[in-house]
Amino acid sequence: MQEVVIKTDKLTKRFGDFIATNEITFEVYAGEIFGFLGANGAGKTTAMRMLCGLSKPSSGQATIAGYDIYKETESIKKHIGYMSQKFSLYEDLTVMENIRFFGGIYGLTNKQIKEKIKNLAEKLGLQDQMRKLVGSLPLGWKQKLAFSVAVIHEPRIVFLDEPTGGVDPVTRRQFWDLIYEAADNGITVFVTTHYMDEAEYCNRISMMVDGVIKALDTPANLKAHYGAASIDEVFFELARGAKRSAD
Amino acid sequence: MQDVVLNQITKTYNKGAVRAVDEVSFSVDKGELFGLIGPDGAGKTSIFRMLTTLLLADSGMATVNGLDVVKDYKQIRSRVGYMPGKFSLYQDLSVEENLSFFATLFNTSIAENYDLIKPIYVQIEPFKNRRAGKLSGGMKQKLALCCALIHRPNVLFLDEPTTGVDAVSRKEFWEMLAGLKQQGITILVSTPYMDEATLCERIALIQSGKILSIDRPEAIINQYPETLYAIKAAHMSKLLHDLRSNPQVKSCFAFGEYHHVSFQRSDTNQEVQLLKYLQELQHVGLEIKQIQASIEDCFIRLMNKEHAGSRH
Repeated sequence: MQEVVIKTDKLTKRFGDFIATNEITFEVYAGEIFGFLGANGAGKTTAMRMLCGLSKPSSGQATIAGYDIYKETESIKKHIGYMSQKFSLYEDLTVMENIRFFGGIYGLTNKQIKEKIKNLAEKLGLQDQMRKLVGSLPLGWKQKLAFSVAVIHEPRIVFLDEPTGGVDPVTRRQFWDLIYEAADNGITVFVTTHYMDEAEYCNRISMMVDGVIKALDTPANLKAHYGAASIDEVFFELARGAKRSAD
Repeated sequence: MQDVVLNQITKTYNKGAVRAVDEVSFSVDKGELFGLIGPDGAGKTSIFRMLTTLLLADSGMATVNGLDVVKDYKQIRSRVGYMPGKFSLYQDLSVEENLSFFATLFNTSIAENYDLIKPIYVQIEPFKNRRAGKLSGGMKQKLALCCALIHRPNVLFLDEPTTGVDAVSRKEFWEMLAGLKQQGITILVSTPYMDEATLCERIALIQSGKILSIDRPEAIINQYPETLYAIKAAHMSKLLHDLRSNPQVKSCFAFGEYHHVSFQRSDTNQEVQLLKYLQELQHVGLEIKQIQASIEDCFIRLMNKEHAGSRH
């Protein structure tokens, strides 16, 4: 039996009459790369905010890394990492300052931070850039650095919200190398993307439409089930009937 | 006739430290749907801003609709439509107010050009009293396109209209562009999504301010010089690693369900040898097939070539 790190049971979020996330039930296993797909407005961001302990559900249950989503949000935050395309690092701090800052926030000791700085500089080839402002780095480097910072405290789960938007095709692949490496080290990866080829890199994917999880399986099984040649086709099949298109 | 011409256009920032656009030349024919394909930071937005007369080039010259972007900037402004990458309409005005505001700016009215925007506008018309800031991403995009079209421009500039938009809405947007092309409007559109390249008549692949290639998408694909194979196995990340450490392999990268591989040598038994090598490494579920390159394959190859060249 695989260890479950995310478990939700009829998790729901209402905003007035609007049901953003409607009774979603699923499990994510330790060390898995889980793709969380859906059209704009399907309710992905709302669901992700609840899973990160940032938004209180209207009803339903969930545990993240074993912690309850209602009562133990602070413990959840300590055991997860988060990275989005929009906000990730402080542009007006240097590379080193960002690492030190986030390392400190996550409670790493000075000695651990020093080691992380050395390791990351080597791994990302950033030795000459450590004292440069993050704002001056090319987008691809920023995203790779942001990911490394999001897992600096070796969390159980890392949530990635469209991490590769607008990134060039070579860097996009290097970014996925980092994701694979994290997964190999036992970190569970929960990722959203609009690139359908990236959905193929996931162990399992879910597809959300109008607040509901319409499908959840391995990419191969989904394609077989819908008689589709690509995940793109599966997505069209499921999302075409969507009524909502809110952001 | 050419509706957009760039001749050796260069734009630098930070006193020359950043070469955002580096001697770029290309032209767009009248009525053509031309795509500028490249990642963030490639220089796409700078090019758009120079062509729409919002930014001055350091050097080089450019014309739009036969007019010089520096000398004739006033005339150009009334003849082009521009949809910036960042949503730039008035969030606190309603859908209809935004549209009539832009119509008024150009001395026209919604009624006068309704036929042009109709296929797009009908989709958001039910929400015409809603504030623009309260619209969904897909609806904002449609409103922005209507506002860029309301004065019936000759040339339409669309800067990353589909970024961050889901695959279904992206497809709908390209269908709208095909409709506008039928109306004879010249369209220059940029996108970071390589799969959208094939929807353009001609494309320029751009990276770090430099054009890598300009042609019809099919022609760029046909110019791909190597035989390309798609390969998969049960354990894909181990496969990638093993392929990269095989001396037979020239290049190898992940590509959705498969990895794409090209060989150092072109003789026919390369595939067979490779499969044998992988079987010895205990790979199961192996499948290999020859494939046609996609625009993304071409882009990766050109990027790596450019990168290797700049080191010498």
